[in-house]
Amino acid sequence: MTMAANFARRLIGNRSTQILDTVNSGAVTSAARAFCSSTTPITATFFPGDGIGPEIAESVKQVFTTAGVPIVWEDHYVGTEIDPRTQSFLTWESLESVRRNKVGLKGPMATPIGKGHRSLNLTLRKELNLYANVRPCYSLPGYKTRYDDVNLVTIRENTEGEYSGLEHQVVRGVVESIKIITRSASLRVAEYAFHYAKTHGRERVSAIHKANIMQMTDGLFLKCCREVAEKYPEITYEEVVIDNCCMMLVKNPALFDVLVMPNLYGDIISDLCAGLVGGLGLTPSCNIGEDGVALAEAVHGSAPDIAGKNLANPTALLLSGVMMLRHLKLNDQAEQIHSAIINTIAEGKYRTADLGGSSTTTDFTKAICDHL
Amino acid sequence: MSRQAISLLKNLGKTTTVSKIQTRSVTYMPRPGDGKPRPVTLIPGDGIGPLVTKAVEQVMEAMHAPVYFEPFDVHGDMKSLPEGLLESIKKNKVCLKGGLKTPVGGGVSSLNVNLRKELDLFASLVNCFNLPGLPTRHENVDIVVIRENTEGEYAGLEHEVVPGVVESLKVITKFCSERIAKYAFEYAYLNNRKKVTAVHKANIMKLADGLFLESCQEVAKKYPSIAYNEIIVDNCCMQLVARPEQFDVMVTPNLYGNLIANTAAGIAGGTGVMPGGNVGAEYAVFEQGASAGNVGKDTDEAQKNANPVALLLSSAMMLRHLQFPSFADRLETAVKRVISEGKCRTEDLGGNSTTQEVVDAVIANLD
Repeated sequence: MTMAANFARRLIGNRSTQILDTVNSGAVTSAARAFCSSTTPITATFFPGDGIGPEIAESVKQVFTTAGVPIVWEDHYVGTEIDPRTQSFLTWESLESVRRNKVGLKGPMATPIGKGHRSLNLTLRKELNLYANVRPCYSLPGYKTRYDDVNLVTIRENTEGEYSGLEHQVVRGVVESIKIITRSASLRVAEYAFHYAKTHGRERVSAIHKANIMQMTDGLFLKCCREVAEKYPEITYEEVVIDNCCMMLVKNPALFDVLVMPNLYGDIISDLCAGLVGGLGLTPSCNIGEDGVALAEAVHGSAPDIAGKNLANPTALLLSGVMMLRHLKLNDQAEQIHSAIINTIAEGKYRTADLGGSSTTTDFTKAICDHL
Repeated sequence: MSRQAISLLKNLGKTTTVSKIQTRSVTYMPRPGDGKPRPVTLIPGDGIGPLVTKAVEQVMEAMHAPVYFEPFDVHGDMKSLPEGLLESIKKNKVCLKGGLKTPVGGGVSSLNVNLRKELDLFASLVNCFNLPGLPTRHENVDIVVIRENTEGEYAGLEHEVVPGVVESLKVITKFCSERIAKYAFEYAYLNNRKKVTAVHKANIMKLADGLFLESCQEVAKKYPSIAYNEIIVDNCCMQLVARPEQFDVMVTPNLYGNLIANTAAGIAGGTGVMPGGNVGAEYAVFEQGASAGNVGKDTDEAQKNANPVALLLSSAMMLRHLQFPSFADRLETAVKRVISEGKCRTEDLGGNSTTQEVVDAVIANLD
């Protein structure tokens, strides 16, 4: 896809993709997806995003095609005008596409500055009811950071908590911000956390909280986690106060396995863990929504300063794509692509600038394809 | 002859290690009567608290410091602070404290927080720095985290709206934000620090953290020689883990301060060695810097190998606060010598000494 085609696409407003969509999407039912054979292609929504987004999106498509992954991509772009049906730059069609396909991959999106619209991430989260953000953090062999034995997964409640956005000024100079914790949201994310631990062979789930101070809110969160823990007796469950957790993470991250947390703590801890393994440029992430919707995304920024220069590192988006494949139970190909990425980075011959090398995006992508 | 030679050799051996850490000779002019012993309220607390406060008492005695302690028995599961405690602190103005263990979700509000609110100790200070002789994954760490101590997320205002839905209020006021910002910049100015960083999440909590930032920005204008910048809390944690040397003084609201202080303490050597305290307009309470469950593990208490270094360094800060700088320097130098020698270390630093052994080593190293 050339940049010109992308621009044309945006101007037209996704009409061309929709015509293709109606042809593709009719062929696949959700039942077929659960037990897909390698011959029935799955349609997945793809938001390449802004800045370096399109380049790394190309990388992903190339690697997936070389690996023979049976996915047909439906590209959607952020519009230039606010869609009144969604109150944001994301069109209704884009959101419908994700709801229909139930799986998607998202590159970095730069939220335009201004008022009168919701942020893009917030729109996606609210409209698709993405309640859990899952980030696996593991040390990449061959890429040395100060921490070599990190292997944990952070699962963060994504809809409520401190980020409910409910603030008001009581009187001049006094502001209140409301943190909300509900039983249903806490149960939902706890269920997902234990389910994830079980299906991925993890042994321990730690709930992170500050219930010694925020006794009712974090106390409710903990109660819900305990209830779910009882249903999974084979998984060890523990509770760790967040300041203790921060300290233990920087001293000895190998102590943790799966972490489940409310919104704010999750935000901080997942970024802290990303820092342990090398930064946001290497971190995959997946948002889980109701009805089995999964939207994998690269959490780094759109890096407008290196956009279009073939310098970007596609690792985060590729690893997120792998997470998406695992969600679709295409485990063989997920493993294949994952090993190829790890081996390429471990070898050290082809690394992009942010990892200390000098390869271009295309070289790096080619090296991964060669490793498949 | 041989005996003299041996003692000469012993002395030579001593001086080579001593000369690495020079003692400063401070010439200061006390007022007549400054040497009168000062009373300090002492709260041994729970868990490892009694162990480490006893360590401080022993070292103070060995130094003949002009300080005597008035101990009070307080435990984390008490419903409220005991009667005479607040009067004692208000009279003495200075308190040394071990940790108080707050029961989790137990319906008892934290006594640590209560004490800070009653005495209006609005600033909590933790100094996280690399100790020579204690290698960690990060070098050149010297961060002071100044944390607002009375409001924010710790306002304790929670209620159940309907069954299954709970609300907690985070309160930020201009008054508190301003005074903590003023304290942070004043601290930086008085201690020759070059940069103050405000930590926030104002992209999400626009009004609350926005108000905090506004106050910091206003105060920053009055100190043009001190650099000021702002950083979002999740990015801050990531930067702390990647490049901690970029931070100098950090000023934060209540909850973020807790997390940042513990993270910074962890990267610089652990909560066992970081000094800190809480200070208000009239009173000061010194305790272990970062308080990650600051009552330690049960095993530490049982085996008596809790690390007294943090509280010893905090008591050195206390001695300076009481205007006994020379005693403070002697104490700090002795502690630093013990750490750099590396022979006497408790379990959290990778050794296997007991608390008492470390205390004895510190006393032996006093000038």
